Amino acid sequence: MAAVRSRGQLVANRAAIAAVLVITLVFLAPIYWIGSTAFKPRALATTVPPTVFFAPEITPFIKLFTKRVQLTKPVDEATYNAAPWWEQRILDNGERVLRTGENVQLSAYPSRFMNSLIIAITSTVLAVGMGTFTAYGFSRFRVKGEQDLLFFILSTRMLPPVVVAIPMFLMYRAVGMTDTHIGLIILYTAFNLSFSVWLMKGFMDEIPKEYEEAALVDGYTRMQAFFKIVLPEAATGIAATAVFCFITAWNEYAFALIMTNRRAQTAPPFIPSQLGSGVIDWTVIAAGTFLFLLPVAIFTFALRGHLLRGVTFGAIRK
Amino acid sequence: MAMAAMTRLDPGSRAASRGWSDLAIRNMFIIPTIAFLIVFNIFPLIYSLGYSFTDYRASTNQAANFVGLQNYRELLGDEFIWNNFVVTAKYVIVSVTGQVVVGFGIALLLNRAIPFKGLITTLLLLPMMMSMAVVGLFWKLLYDPSWGVINYVFHLGDFAWLSNRDAALYAVAITDIWMWSPFVMLLSLAGLSAVPKHLYEAAAIDRAGKFYTFRRITLPLVAPILLIAIIFRTMEAFKTFDLAYVMSSQDTTELISIRLYKMAFQEWQTGRSSALAYIVLIMVLAITNIYVKYLNRVKER
Repeated sequence: MAAVRSRGQLVANRAAIAAVLVITLVFLAPIYWIGSTAFKPRALATTVPPTVFFAPEITPFIKLFTKRVQLTKPVDEATYNAAPWWEQRILDNGERVLRTGENVQLSAYPSRFMNSLIIAITSTVLAVGMGTFTAYGFSRFRVKGEQDLLFFILSTRMLPPVVVAIPMFLMYRAVGMTDTHIGLIILYTAFNLSFSVWLMKGFMDEIPKEYEEAALVDGYTRMQAFFKIVLPEAATGIAATAVFCFITAWNEYAFALIMTNRRAQTAPPFIPSQLGSGVIDWTVIAAGTFLFLLPVAIFTFALRGHLLRGVTFGAIRK
Repeated sequence: MAMAAMTRLDPGSRAASRGWSDLAIRNMFIIPTIAFLIVFNIFPLIYSLGYSFTDYRASTNQAANFVGLQNYRELLGDEFIWNNFVVTAKYVIVSVTGQVVVGFGIALLLNRAIPFKGLITTLLLLPMMMSMAVVGLFWKLLYDPSWGVINYVFHLGDFAWLSNRDAALYAVAITDIWMWSPFVMLLSLAGLSAVPKHLYEAAAIDRAGKFYTFRRITLPLVAPILLIAIIFRTMEAFKTFDLAYVMSSQDTTELISIRLYKMAFQEWQTGRSSALAYIVLIMVLAITNIYVKYLNRVKER
């Protein structure tokens, strides 16, 4: 083909490559902007024209992880009036106090980040574990009404979160499970389970049945064959499925917003809630967003060979 | 069938008698998953179906009164709810059309020998892997009328994207297009690369025009997979909650999921919101059904 290619085609090809590069840069620009704002001094975050070149700082991250609490002592009127103005403070209830110092504490962000980690990892392990067994069951055995069952499993994934959240909230409230880790873990496991079954079934179907048959002939039981032959063969598939489930749980917003508010709150509802409190410091929000997006960015590269399969529930392989 | 080889080992065979029977293993592997989904997805839905016929409010201690179909009747006659559906339809059409045009366009450009093609594809897919709520929040900074990068780059002065009643929905849709065009691109690319090369060669020998080749060869062969992308994105756009909720609080961006959320968890009209949830659920299941049909059809090819 290359030989018969005309000059015009060559130019068109070059133009297409240039266009692709420009489009890629445009698509990456918002992500770059999050990353760069996370390292900006606060004064440079909202300038006109936008600041592109600057000396990076880690101040936003320090502010993200710490919170300053002012220490005060109650005093009488005369002492208050005699004190220098920079020590004078008026509390919310109108009481006049003197500032005695400052206490730096850990902010809420690390605990929200940990909640995200705990909930995403636990629900991933559960969903992928159960999904792998179930996928093997569907892949290797005759199941009555297999197509209907698989459709049922998939349809649970398509339910809008807010629709499921209404009854789940009432049930959780009745048993005291709102704002608990286990509450979100259950919801995310259920949400990811259908995906995990569908994706793992694709991977299981690809493992030749002859492997297990040989093992069975050699005297393995079916369970031994499953654990010693099938699972190692399916390792790549399990890893890819796990990463997809982790990302879904990590990013989930609606359930977390509705079911948690403090103790078990994850990062996605927490980061926007910072906007409401006082003056917006975009560098701190960018820093929180940057750290939150980092694992997903790394995982996306780890997954690159399986992305197509993942987004089509294993329907299209490549 | 290959299955026969497995089932031959089924009951009574030596292999089976050594451990659990295949039947027991099959049930043990499948039943817990089905049970889990029934307990945590289907049972709650039955629970809320019951509430949808009552005037229950979760914020009070008053017992629920049975009101029959009143909630459904009122909802379907409520012009504000209809307006939410109109907003949702507008959002679905704008964002899915945008994603198909941009995504398929990029796929056409990428469907050739390009240096670092794998890397470029992966980079383009980054937005869709990220949290809609968290990234959507950051787009508020990009859209800011006084110091937003978007207004600066496009010389739009102090155009207030998100506080303009008419523009807000488009602003949210643009963010959605940015996130999900790569999804359409990924599927289109898979479709395009599956078109046999010899068809293009034959068309070239017949001196078929570029447009003719595209319309008669490329499009028909890519159509099924493109349709999957469109149905899937339609379903997801219909359910959108995070992005619009985080970015804007206008009534012109109040998608049906947001109305449902407010009705259930801010106004605490539990009974009425359960009824609305059912109306939404039936619509989603209808789209899901179409989606799975197509998925199976493409899978069989």
